[in-house]
Amino acid sequence: MIKLKINGRDVQIDAEPDTPLLWVLRDEIGLTGTKYGCGIGMCGACTVHVGGQATRSCITTLAAVDGTEITTIEGLDAEHNHPVQEAWQELRVPQCGYCQSGQIMQAAALLNDIPNPTDDDIDAVMTGNLCRCMTYPRIRQAVRQAAAAKREI
Amino acid sequence: MKAQKKFTSKWLSRIFGVLILGIIAYSIYAYKPSIEPIAPNSLPDYDPAVIERGRLMVAAGYCAVCHTEKGGAPYAGNYAMETDFGTIYSTNITPDREQGIGSWSEAAFIRAMREGVDREGRHLFPAFPYNHFAKMSEQDIVATYAFIMTQVKPAQVTQRNNELPFPLNLRYLQAGWKLISVDLKPYQPHSEKSDMWNRGAYLVEGIAHCGACHTPRNVIGAERNSEKFEGAIIDDWIAPALSANNESSLAWSAAEFSQYLKTGATVQHGVAIGPMAPVVHAGLRELPDSDLTAIGIYLADLAGNVDTEATSTAIIAASLDQGKPNQTYRWDAGERLYATACASCHYNVEQIALGRPDLGVNSATNLNQPDNLIHAILDGVDNESGISGVVMPSFRDALNDQEIAQIAAYLRNSRTDHEPWTELQQRITDIRQSTQYKRGQ
Repeated sequence: MIKLKINGRDVQIDAEPDTPLLWVLRDEIGLTGTKYGCGIGMCGACTVHVGGQATRSCITTLAAVDGTEITTIEGLDAEHNHPVQEAWQELRVPQCGYCQSGQIMQAAALLNDIPNPTDDDIDAVMTGNLCRCMTYPRIRQAVRQAAAAKREI
Repeated sequence: MKAQKKFTSKWLSRIFGVLILGIIAYSIYAYKPSIEPIAPNSLPDYDPAVIERGRLMVAAGYCAVCHTEKGGAPYAGNYAMETDFGTIYSTNITPDREQGIGSWSEAAFIRAMREGVDREGRHLFPAFPYNHFAKMSEQDIVATYAFIMTQVKPAQVTQRNNELPFPLNLRYLQAGWKLISVDLKPYQPHSEKSDMWNRGAYLVEGIAHCGACHTPRNVIGAERNSEKFEGAIIDDWIAPALSANNESSLAWSAAEFSQYLKTGATVQHGVAIGPMAPVVHAGLRELPDSDLTAIGIYLADLAGNVDTEATSTAIIAASLDQGKPNQTYRWDAGERLYATACASCHYNVEQIALGRPDLGVNSATNLNQPDNLIHAILDGVDNESGISGVVMPSFRDALNDQEIAQIAAYLRNSRTDHEPWTELQQRITDIRQSTQYKRGQ
């Protein structure tokens, strides 16, 4: 039995220890906002926060996160009004949307560690989050806008 | 004083006299009589072989291209040709007796092809390239006539008025243009050249009228003999030089020319598009292989490309070589993999943040052996290791040995001053085999 805290809620999971965290989130808990993309940690669609750090949940095993606190897109903000989410909505960043929860989780973690990122910083950190719709210019703009909004809070 | 006045008027009258004589002489020269129309249904009974010969001539001259308006009846004219002097609309050459050439005799047709004069004796504008058709044999011209008169459907389409400014619209002035601009002698074989060469020259200079587009024109719109086949602009496209000055990196061989005109493409030069497309697809491709081979032989010889295979082979090899992915791209693979798989966490700006280890100063990257870095990449960092509550995923199933080696080499070589790790990939293979998933077992 593995114990986790997911979006502030204590959860006990009875599953194979090498089950990917993503499987647990989507199939056991029912949090389907986190998406399955490549399955090899190369596209970023499955990004969640583990201990506040952006982590690819598709290649992270359940055993590895035993005892950690995990945040998914559903728990990023109670009202879904995290500064990153607001910027995303204002600039209408998503196109098809599939990669966007991963993008938002990555961007939120980025702003915790690098509150005032340059475009180069944004590119360096966000490069691992792929977007087939090529929304990159809007993503970059939204990260800048969210950074400005966060500084005002 | 009086003597001088007398002298002046004497000279004036002489000049005036010469002028009058000149005008009379030009008028005699320019005058072409009308040729009697033929009676309806009075065509000779042409042999099918003659009509077939005519079909090939009409294809080789791609007559339909300029004598058919978009969406219009074939050969019924009104195709707009934008020239430097104004717009000229092509004529109806269907055998319609009113609007086409249905009342033209063989003799009238031959005169039009050879001299650029219509049945009624009017001079034709040189948008009709009779300077080339004049090179044709009478036999071929008659065959062309036979095909048009018997196989083309008559169409009662009236020709639009040309949009030429005065005085360029005066047809009798065309006689003067002919005098100074074109050579209307039939093709004379070059006895020192092969039969194939002569056949190719006959077709190229005659019915196929290649020079009409590929030779630049002078200020009065005539092909410049001094710049034959040196390339020209036609309908906003470049008709490239067919001479030794052709810019292609590979010389056009005889075989390339033939293949191009037969299929519309060659592997070495590309495809027939723009105004050249119908020349091939609605025209020259109909010719028998022997004629296309002959055209190739003639054009390749003109361009001085008789034996170019060795040079071509070397140029092709060099180009293919340059197109290969270079090694730098492969070396950069490690950097690109790092950007995708690692940088989302392992990137810092001014200070290194806890939980975002900088892999340039990290111990694992600086050790003499790569083992610790390999372990970390293969199996990640679970919650029982490292910072409590933070984990690193396991890339064992995500990256293969080569990819991990590329990332490790990139870090070692670009971020530290140490010697590169040797036999890195083998070490990764070994460590992968000797360790298993520890977690969950």
